[in-house]
Amino acid sequence: MGAFTNSRALASARHITGPLPTSARTEPAWIRTTLIVITFAFLGVFILWPLLTVFHEGFSKGFGFYIETFKDPITIKSIELTLLTAAIAVPLNTVFGLAAAWALTRFKFKGRQLLIALIDLPLWVSPVIGGLIYILLFGRQGTLGPWLIDHDIQIVFALPGIVLATTFVTFPFVARSLIPLMEAQGHAEEEAALTLGANGWQVFFRITLPKVKWGLLYGIILCNARAMGEFGAVSVVSGHIRGKTNTMPLHIEILYNEYQFAAAFAVASLLSLLALITLFLKTYSESRTAQQLREAQELTTLSH
Amino acid sequence: MGVQIRNITKTFNKFVALKNVTLDVQPGELLALLGPSGSGKTTLLRIVAGLEFADPGHGQILFHGEDVTYHSAYKRRAGFVFQHYALFQHMNIFENVAFGLRVRPRKLRPTEDEIRDRVFTLLKRVQLEQLAKRFPSQLSGGQRQRIALARALAIEPRVLLLDEPFGALDAKVRKELRRWLRQFHEETHLTTLFVTHDQEEAFELADRVAILSEGNIQQIGCPKEIVQHPTNTFVHDFLGLDI
Repeated sequence: MGAFTNSRALASARHITGPLPTSARTEPAWIRTTLIVITFAFLGVFILWPLLTVFHEGFSKGFGFYIETFKDPITIKSIELTLLTAAIAVPLNTVFGLAAAWALTRFKFKGRQLLIALIDLPLWVSPVIGGLIYILLFGRQGTLGPWLIDHDIQIVFALPGIVLATTFVTFPFVARSLIPLMEAQGHAEEEAALTLGANGWQVFFRITLPKVKWGLLYGIILCNARAMGEFGAVSVVSGHIRGKTNTMPLHIEILYNEYQFAAAFAVASLLSLLALITLFLKTYSESRTAQQLREAQELTTLSH
Repeated sequence: MGVQIRNITKTFNKFVALKNVTLDVQPGELLALLGPSGSGKTTLLRIVAGLEFADPGHGQILFHGEDVTYHSAYKRRAGFVFQHYALFQHMNIFENVAFGLRVRPRKLRPTEDEIRDRVFTLLKRVQLEQLAKRFPSQLSGGQRQRIALARALAIEPRVLLLDEPFGALDAKVRKELRRWLRQFHEETHLTTLFVTHDQEEAFELADRVAILSEGNIQQIGCPKEIVQHPTNTFVHDFLGLDI
């Protein structure tokens, strides 16, 4: 026993006094260079190049043609539909996400873990399944199909279906960006506000919302990006009725399949541009969220 | 009158945090709740504030004769000071102190000028009026706690509840603030309930001390009485261990 402890102590002593590597984080120069080159090469070939190609192809028939593409009523309709869908799905998921994050971080209840897992579900299942669910529920042969037909309500192959599918696919983003933040922040400030006479709504709008605003914005931006770009789930429920139920991504596919490459890439470039703006906003709000999270953690470490 | 705590029992799942606790805080008195961690003192304070509720049907809380047992925290007008300040990080010091006035229903809300006057009177009172435009993160711990006190006083509380208010501060600041708080109490005579695990603090500050252990009040009396005549072995040991 004694020998054992001794050898352990020796080993750990050697570990402390022995020659240290130059630094745990510093690799030889050639490894660093290689890794950096590989990363940049990969990003260049698989992301930057295709992105530039989109814009290049979009303008391949000249600026005039590019502009013409966006005067086509079917293209305009697809852009409108995409924006309308996002305009409905994103606010819905903002409210759902806030409510879910609030419930999950403020209360400990049975089934909490299950609920957290359910929030993530849309990220795990293929978007096509997300779309199929709604066909199976609301389609002609679906569970609620006959009732809907009797009441002349159209859900699949129409705007409601597209919105439902999009909402399903984009549900996790707001909740997921809020839960870690709200967990770290705790609710002492909310309690303080309560004792100062603020009612529930005042606590929410004056304390909770300002506390999480950057995380919330981050979630909304991600949600919006996915809502505008979603292809799979929407493709299943849309029915591809040209000028009626085609969103931008679906419209791009149709143009491409009809060999209208320049037009397809022109619309694609607009979608990419939206994505780039999103990326920019995301990066900004992300840094602000990280800062808030750091502050919250500093506060808790200071206080313990 | 003052604060009356009547037969309060509180259970978390199966753990009994408070067992039939009865305690009167006299009007204008500063009473310290002293006990080791886990004794239930913070739970009791939070029940008085309305941040927790006693087991249904088990006990009553009265503020100056009014039954507030089932009132939500925001209706009780009990000033609460938290151990970790809980200042609003996104508001400057002025807005922190003004908060309790701004959230009043429109009919009872003071005008902007009145709010300004009130806030600055309070900031002067805690000797920090020069910090009105700063944010909580720019203040030291001692300053934050004085702001937290000013904020709690802004609502003209019926009782003042302090939860280990100096627990997060270093020893020197703690002593200064302790003296300052005692002096402040002499001037205002606000009915005050003060939670601490530091007996020196309790005995120096309080008019009376209530010693809690395992959800029961073991002894209550003025500091001298308790030190001279501990009623049971727990009190004896608890004091002895620390002295």
